[in-house]
Amino acid sequence: MTATEPETPAGLSRRRVLAYLVAAPTLTIVAKIADGVAGPAAPAAATPGIADLYDLSDALTTVALPTAYLLRLEITPEGRVVLGLPRAEVGQGITTAFAQIVADELDARLDDVDVELDPARPELLFNQLTGGSNSIHSLYNPMRTVAAAARARLVTAASQRWGRPAAQLRTASSAVVAPDGRTLSFGALTGAAAAVVDLLVPGTPKPDTQLRLNGQPTGRIDARDIVTGRARYALDVEVAGALPTVVARPPTIKGTVRAVDATAARAMPGVVAVTQIPSGVAVTAETFHQAQMAREALAVQWGPGSIDGLSDADIFARLRRATAPFVTLPLGRLAVDRTFEFAFAPHAPMETLTATADVRGGRAEVWYAAKSPIVAAQSVAAAVGLPQDAVTLHVVRGGGSFGHRLFFEPAVEAAQVSKAIGRPVRLLWTRNDDMRHGRLRPASHHKVRATHLLGRVVAYEHRHATLPVDFSHGFGEALSGAGFDVLDVGATQTVFQLTQKVPYDFGVETQLLSDVQLDVPTGSWRGIYSGQTATANEIMVDEIARALRRDPLGLRRDKLSSPRTRAVLDKVGEIGGWGRSMPAGTAQGVAIHEEYKSVVAYLVEIDCRDRANPRVTKGVCAVDVGRAVNPTGLRAQMQGALIDGISTILRAGVHIDRGAVREGSFSDYLYARQAQAPPVIDVHVMAPTGPPGGGGELGVPAAAAAVANAYARATGTLPTRFPIAFG
Amino acid sequence: MPTFTFTLNGEPTTIEAPADLPLLWILRDHLGVTGPKYGCGVGVCKSCTSHLDGAAFNPCTTPVAECDGGTVVTIEGLADGDVLHPVQQAGIDEDVAQCGFCQPGQIMAAVALLAQTPNPTDADIDAIENVCRCGTYVRIRAAIKRAAASS
Repeated sequence: MTATEPETPAGLSRRRVLAYLVAAPTLTIVAKIADGVAGPAAPAAATPGIADLYDLSDALTTVALPTAYLLRLEITPEGRVVLGLPRAEVGQGITTAFAQIVADELDARLDDVDVELDPARPELLFNQLTGGSNSIHSLYNPMRTVAAAARARLVTAASQRWGRPAAQLRTASSAVVAPDGRTLSFGALTGAAAAVVDLLVPGTPKPDTQLRLNGQPTGRIDARDIVTGRARYALDVEVAGALPTVVARPPTIKGTVRAVDATAARAMPGVVAVTQIPSGVAVTAETFHQAQMAREALAVQWGPGSIDGLSDADIFARLRRATAPFVTLPLGRLAVDRTFEFAFAPHAPMETLTATADVRGGRAEVWYAAKSPIVAAQSVAAAVGLPQDAVTLHVVRGGGSFGHRLFFEPAVEAAQVSKAIGRPVRLLWTRNDDMRHGRLRPASHHKVRATHLLGRVVAYEHRHATLPVDFSHGFGEALSGAGFDVLDVGATQTVFQLTQKVPYDFGVETQLLSDVQLDVPTGSWRGIYSGQTATANEIMVDEIARALRRDPLGLRRDKLSSPRTRAVLDKVGEIGGWGRSMPAGTAQGVAIHEEYKSVVAYLVEIDCRDRANPRVTKGVCAVDVGRAVNPTGLRAQMQGALIDGISTILRAGVHIDRGAVREGSFSDYLYARQAQAPPVIDVHVMAPTGPPGGGGELGVPAAAAAVANAYARATGTLPTRFPIAFG
Repeated sequence: MPTFTFTLNGEPTTIEAPADLPLLWILRDHLGVTGPKYGCGVGVCKSCTSHLDGAAFNPCTTPVAECDGGTVVTIEGLADGDVLHPVQQAGIDEDVAQCGFCQPGQIMAAVALLAQTPNPTDADIDAIENVCRCGTYVRIRAAIKRAAASS
């Protein structure tokens, strides 16, 4: 790439984004962040309470600053607006949101925009990580800047072509329009626009008041592909000759291969190869069915796993012992002491982890729905002994993630097998593999104390014990890049302190994390710590209200410091008819959450008259993400977050028995189905209050807590172990 | 190896395969029909839901021999050329999908329900067991009702 002088410094928000023209026959603009212009200053160390001032979104945005170009926008002669996006699409809807942003700035038709997911680009350092609900927050201004710069060049090119002052021209429907009604399409102008030297109109983004598509409820740009079955996932990628492969895995977590007798397996129909790899024994065949049948026929002697002999009871006992002590004394009736526990939970995306790899001739090509493609490509390179620049990792559409696709074991395994057998392979994790050897939201124990005096909470302490969440996918490096002393403090402590805050005036507040060092594959599960810590806090708020004889919604209202949060709380109270009379055994529950520069409230109604099958019968949500680029996509995220809340609170989790995950599929991992979902979930998207924050993970803690609070009010029994069905 | 013949999305199809080979892998590995998704392989997630002789079934647990002489329709065969089935159109109109992986199966399950029960109640819709991990259930329900009202 050859970049000319930066052309349009666009002073936006806290960051300066520069658009560069790429020397090319068609108009191609890239966005770069100006070096030396910092975002919010990163504190030297994460300290308790820091999340009020500087949070994980800020850290991820700070490290995104001084890297190579972030985004690429090209106008093709055919009139396609092609956007290269250094992020993954796993259902969160960012391809649609970014298409809206670009189409709006350019005045292009939404249908003319194609969003392509960039392959792994190591030069982006930390800025190709899809996580922390950060995509829109971090790329909003760069995206608008490239599109605005492209528009200015197109208008300038039309002005020169027509010999009319550029100021008289406007843009609409992917064309420049002259006052007399003549039009020149963007496609027809792209060559000339690429040669423009001096801009005749400013290349700055529109003021918010002129935005139309950005903020407009919009259906997914890939909806038709999805409903017709044309959407392609990793297993559907057509790579000539790629052979179906599955891996025999140990009976316990992180077990190893001692010896393998593959004689019988090799003799089975269709079997092409049996390959021992570090994580197990791979079987490659002509079809997946043959590969799975032959896998059954392997005789493998397995070595011990990492936690053999340990079961849930042992693990929870360790968590309880590890919980840090409180500072305040137990002041009898003035203290509200509660404990909560959450079971392990797999991410269980509908598409199990799957990768295609072709490692031949000193090169590796991998197809994987990677949320951390740079680290994935580096790991592939290391695993197959190639330099990093010999690895191409294509980021394909993912069938759900919830945090799972921050990890990339199948990409490494597929590369190892392909290298060993000299053929391209398609490697599938079966559902059992995914449940029993995939990542888990670690189990947790929470000890919480609120001390109150004269009707006021004067101290609030939360002690969270869990297994270390694995941030080796690049989060830790990103935090180091933002100035945090991750090596000394540890990535888990840094992330915990950057994300956890108590949004109420509850006096002296401390929240502490204790990690119990057990070697279990863990990972961020939609919301990282908040799905447990903040959920427990919101259940506690109801308990405090009970102790103080206050209405749960009223107490929240009084003690919240953010007017935005009070507004969403009031909104769900109003829409949901808070406090309406309900039959015995049914009740409402309410909860809020603040994170990612966004706020949300849920009000749910639950019917517990059949105690074995409680059903959430209604959900109401109000959400303020600053500015919702696509209110339709945001609504979907909030509805889905409530289904996560219903699932993890009522029924969905897994057990560990003697070093292995007991559950193996959706038959025993009881994620909600239609019969457990409320028939209606009303989502109210608040009018814009500022720049866009994050929304992907935002809803989970409030949704989960609202369900638990409703259950407690309906049954008169405080649930303290989740999912409740585990007893 | 035995030979099996069935109609697949309107086309006569003959395949040589072991009798116990699940149809899902015939569709995906032999015929390149990738709309039906692998989600569990044991018929509990329902991501591969398709139609055999008009009824919803799960190709991941159905041996190819059971399809011999039958009529199989997958998501690829549901639309009439460029004209989408009302349930597909409702899926777009209600913006149901998120990751989209379960949607071919969800749509085929809904079409089978509507064929039996043109005006389904909420309880009828509750009986659809297809898992959606993104949690699109309320919009699936709305799309089924919209499709029912339109046809």
